[in-house]
Amino acid sequence: MSYESLQILWFVLIAVLWIGFYFLEGFDFGVGMLLPFLSKKDEERRAIINTIGPVWDGNEVWLLTAGGATFAAFPHWYASMFSGFYLAMFLLLVGLILRGISFEYRSKDAAPAWRKRFDWMIAIGSFMSALLLGTVFANLARGVPIDEKMMFTGNLFTLLNPYGLLGGLTTTAVFLLHGANFLALKLEGELRERVNLFAKKLWIGASVLYLVLGVFTYASGFWARGIIDPGVIPIAAVAALLVAGYFINQKMEGWAFIMVAANIVLTQVTFFSMTFPNLMLSTTDPAYSLTIYNASASQYALGVTSISALIFLPLILAYQGWTYYTFRKRISTDKKTLVY
Amino acid sequence: MNPILLSRLQFGFTTLYHWLFVPLTLGMVWYVAFFQTRYYQTKDETWHKMTKFWGKLFLINFAIGVVTGIIQEFQFGMNWSEYSRYVGDIIGAPLAIEALMAFFLESTFLGIWIFGEGRVSEKVHLASIWLAAIGSTLSALWILLANGFMQAPPANSFIFNPVNGRLELVNFFALIWNLKGWILFWHTISDGVAMAAFLILAVSAYHIARKQNLEFFKHSFNVAAVSGLVAGVMIFLGGHTMGQYMAEVQPMKLAAIEAIWETEQPASFSLLTIGDLSGKQEVWSFRIPYAMSFLACNNFTCEVKGVKELQANYEQQFGPGDYIPLMVVTYWTFRIMMAFGMVMILITAFFVWANLRGDITKTRWMKWVPWLLILPYLANASGWILTEMGRQPWIIYGLLRVEDAVSPNLTPTDLLISLIGFAAIYLALAVSMIYLMKKYATAGPDAAMHESVDVAPAMVGSQD
Repeated sequence: MSYESLQILWFVLIAVLWIGFYFLEGFDFGVGMLLPFLSKKDEERRAIINTIGPVWDGNEVWLLTAGGATFAAFPHWYASMFSGFYLAMFLLLVGLILRGISFEYRSKDAAPAWRKRFDWMIAIGSFMSALLLGTVFANLARGVPIDEKMMFTGNLFTLLNPYGLLGGLTTTAVFLLHGANFLALKLEGELRERVNLFAKKLWIGASVLYLVLGVFTYASGFWARGIIDPGVIPIAAVAALLVAGYFINQKMEGWAFIMVAANIVLTQVTFFSMTFPNLMLSTTDPAYSLTIYNASASQYALGVTSISALIFLPLILAYQGWTYYTFRKRISTDKKTLVY
Repeated sequence: MNPILLSRLQFGFTTLYHWLFVPLTLGMVWYVAFFQTRYYQTKDETWHKMTKFWGKLFLINFAIGVVTGIIQEFQFGMNWSEYSRYVGDIIGAPLAIEALMAFFLESTFLGIWIFGEGRVSEKVHLASIWLAAIGSTLSALWILLANGFMQAPPANSFIFNPVNGRLELVNFFALIWNLKGWILFWHTISDGVAMAAFLILAVSAYHIARKQNLEFFKHSFNVAAVSGLVAGVMIFLGGHTMGQYMAEVQPMKLAAIEAIWETEQPASFSLLTIGDLSGKQEVWSFRIPYAMSFLACNNFTCEVKGVKELQANYEQQFGPGDYIPLMVVTYWTFRIMMAFGMVMILITAFFVWANLRGDITKTRWMKWVPWLLILPYLANASGWILTEMGRQPWIIYGLLRVEDAVSPNLTPTDLLISLIGFAAIYLALAVSMIYLMKKYATAGPDAAMHESVDVAPAMVGSQD
């Protein structure tokens, strides 16, 4: 393969990893944030955690792989983004640590205070992660100050601009909705009913924020600074989110889940097509932007990692898909069946 | 404060901490897989209980490894952006492959193993712990191949590209057949098995000394004593090979470890050296003649280069600078590692012998055995401090210095926030981990038979 097609391939592969991560971990974050608000009863909280218990760690690996793949395929992107967004990354890592350890440790002690502490850590960790991811991606869409040496010249507050924060809040709201839809599919009985009521309210909030973000993105010209016009993809994303409201009202849980998932996937596709071939757009001078051409690894290294990705990604999809099939049953609050 | 020092502190602290938990995971997962395999073959309930009990302790430890591992994937970019730019073309590949090949396998199948009992067939459940074990081991291999490149970059694996001023991969197979990486892998995996053996020995001894579940813990103790002895010998062989290879690829590290100032032929081994406060000058030492030559090259008369000659050589090759690692650290960490490693071999040999000789449950020394758990942790931490500080000032040996690798945009405030933040969280993690570990370890195997803690009120001291 030519050097350029390898660079494009890796742009697509990293997009796939992020899309996989948003789709899968999106509902994990949503479930985590909803945890303290859906129920006060311990066995109900345990049922909620058990819906994602077997899969959250495997879902998080999509993020780690996106990080590793970025390092391998676009070392300058990896270096500029993670050193540039240093404190945001630090907070994201804190969120992920708080959440991850709490899933594992929460039910290993029966003291109510112990469990409550970890429940809140799950919720706060998930919230921090969702908010920061959304903020970071919105800033990538907006562009960030980068100098001629590919160095980010801002600080944490550079990222906390209105557009960035709007992106963070919207992502949080959509993940909350995604999580509620997932829970509606996985829980049963009264808890399932309660989740449906939450989903209705969350849908309104998520839709309003999403529309505002969409209008802002379009009006501010962040839209088509790359070479691909996203075309009808963002319109389909909006439509999917709006249609989800109908399915939530009709209690058609499967379709509601699919529609919000489609919205998340299509939004990410829009993001990546908006930016291509840029990886990090410089607001200082567009000529300083990191692109797939000036930030990539060598042709040989891209070839090596391409082969391994093309071998392993299909395998990963197969066995992770099989996991979801294995744990497809709804979770009851019967203590004997709960693991975490 | 100096940003380079803060970044080094943070990397050292978070990595060393991560590495307190990972070796135990690497070793323990194979014990659990072994116990479960024996249960699958024999249907003997003792093996089942061993799987569940040691599996529980494995999981409590594993969780910390997972959450502290997330940082590792990102902090090269966060704190070492110039390193990432300079060598990402090479180091990125093993890290990406590690994630694709190992992390997914480990995390997905461990999820199935934790939640799958009774939901998937026994065969699939057994396969899932094996796949998780293979995933963990592969992940160690890839990260150590990356580390191997930083310690001893194979000359035919890369070129320097003058156009963009970075190293580029030209031969992937030279990268993965790096002897340094494979010796590290051998040393690390056997260290993990030994650490797990000592955990099993310590917990078993606690119960044996209290005459609880004697059959179960005697059985566990014996498995761990034998495997711990084998692993100890394997660590030693790996370490000895590493020392000899070091003479070839990192002579300065070897000289710094052994406090050899002047080039000697034959070289003596320092049993005890007292240096000055800078850690770089000798005041007094006690030496065994010929011994160092033997350690470095298996014969009693070969030449071992000294720190002073090497420093002069490096200055000629790379320009002025200080190429001597902090010798007080390399010297003492090496001796702690060696001494504790030797003690571990002797102790496990003694346990095996004691068990052949008579009934170990009636011994008086048993109640002291739990304290031995400190040995593998200190030996392991010392070994890594030695490996990493011994290559200073290099981040990639002979190619890139630490001071040129750090992210130039980070302020001391950024670094203090993250350093203090991580330290606080890691402390809290350690407290809850030790609490749970102690609770489940002392509760014994019957409590671990239940999936959920609620079902076993005796274990958690609660009515829930």
